[in-house]
Amino acid sequence: MPGLILLVVVVALVIWAIASYNRLVGLRNQVLNGWRQIDVQLKRRHDLIPNLVNAVRGSMDFERDTLTAVMEARAKALTATGPADAAQKENQLSQALGKLFALAENYPTLKSNENVKALMEELSTTENKVGFARQFYNDIATKFNTVQQVFPTNIFAGIFGFKPAELFEITDAAERAVPVVDLGRKAQS
Amino acid sequence: MNLYEQQSANRRRTWLVMFAFVGFLVVLGLGFDTFYLGGVGGNVPIGSIVALSVGSISAVTSYFTGDRAVLLATGAKPIAEVGASASEPDKLKLHQLDNIVDEMTIASGLPRPRVYIVPDPDPNAFATGRGPEHASIAVTRGLLDTLDRDELQGVIAHEMSHIKNLDVRVMTVVAALVGAVALLSDWARRGMWSGGGSGKRSDRREGGGAAGLVFFVIWIVAVALAPFLAQALAMLVSRRREYLADASGAELTRNPIGLARALEKIDAAVAPTQAINRGSAHMCIADPLGRQVNLKGDGFWSNLFASHPPMAARIAALKEMAFLPEGHGGR
Repeated sequence: MPGLILLVVVVALVIWAIASYNRLVGLRNQVLNGWRQIDVQLKRRHDLIPNLVNAVRGSMDFERDTLTAVMEARAKALTATGPADAAQKENQLSQALGKLFALAENYPTLKSNENVKALMEELSTTENKVGFARQFYNDIATKFNTVQQVFPTNIFAGIFGFKPAELFEITDAAERAVPVVDLGRKAQS
Repeated sequence: MNLYEQQSANRRRTWLVMFAFVGFLVVLGLGFDTFYLGGVGGNVPIGSIVALSVGSISAVTSYFTGDRAVLLATGAKPIAEVGASASEPDKLKLHQLDNIVDEMTIASGLPRPRVYIVPDPDPNAFATGRGPEHASIAVTRGLLDTLDRDELQGVIAHEMSHIKNLDVRVMTVVAALVGAVALLSDWARRGMWSGGGSGKRSDRREGGGAAGLVFFVIWIVAVALAPFLAQALAMLVSRRREYLADASGAELTRNPIGLARALEKIDAAVAPTQAINRGSAHMCIADPLGRQVNLKGDGFWSNLFASHPPMAARIAALKEMAFLPEGHGGR
């Protein structure tokens, strides 16, 4: 009789282990799929930027600093490893691009150039798509991480070697920091 | 109301509209039976049977092909077809619309709807279809030409929300059936006048007696009122949901000001949208008939006959949303 009970318990444990393993695999694939959606757009953005820079270079020659900053940010973004790293570097690239877009407003020849307009439209849409896909990715990644961390699935997650997924969000401390407004010093000077 | 409640309410409303339509036709059929066939071998209620089958068939047809009927009636063309013969700057604008639809597809997590262009210079837009898997968004030429990127995004998000909460299903069925009612009542009225004029028919009517006369009166009233009733029904289902779609659209784009500015521009263009007729007025983002009640307050008449809430109120609600404290919604 104790043998039978033991058998039942063991079978129940095995079934439960299989179920949680499959659930974890399913979630991990969803996370990967979500990341792929972001990654596709990021790659597209990296491909578009040199074209844009070449197209505007002639008209915006004396804004060379801005153009260099964009290219440097792009080069950095290409070396990103994993979502968290990518999020930070892509954010810097977005800022550099934003500055370029704002400056381009001052050049009527650029604003009426079909090629430049088309490139800017493509870059805007990839940036928007990254933004909208990020939400989905972070939701599913958080769910995956939660399942890994709750008891008792955490035991199996450890045994099977599941790793928590990185979130795609801005982790830059400078970005997050509350700006310090030093009123005292200003009053003195 | 959360999304799930909205969806099930819309499923219920679709059924209700279809049953009301069939019931209405059966009343017409009964009238026909008593009036025309009254004394002469009235055992077989041909009218009722015909009405029941015609009603059921058109209800089912409206459910499955209503979107195609609506698109056909407005002369909408698929975006790819329009793009093939477009000029260079025009192609860019069409491409932008395609991109925006892609963005909203990602944001809403729905299948990508088909995109159509209505050749009309007045800015307007509508969504149709029986559900997210069978949905289409149509925008007019004028909308494409007047709005900038953010505004266009707001409008597409608004239409996406109509698709997501299944508003499109009710609205499409209503549009198709309003068209059917108008057609049928036109038909019946014409048949009645010609029938009443000829001698043969009046012989038969005498056999009907008092009961027949009562039915006859009800029938005439029903036939005469049908288009108005259908119209009132369409308006009833349309107004409140515009606020809802505005709000959930703003949630998708995280930019309520885009839609608010779009509504201002659409409102400023007073010309009525020619391509969109009465039957599908309730589907559009703004009243295509350009009725003055749209602009005035919430009076009794505007409540009864306007298919959309006052534009000023919608814009104000959106602007209020934009003043949310910073740092919320991950923008």
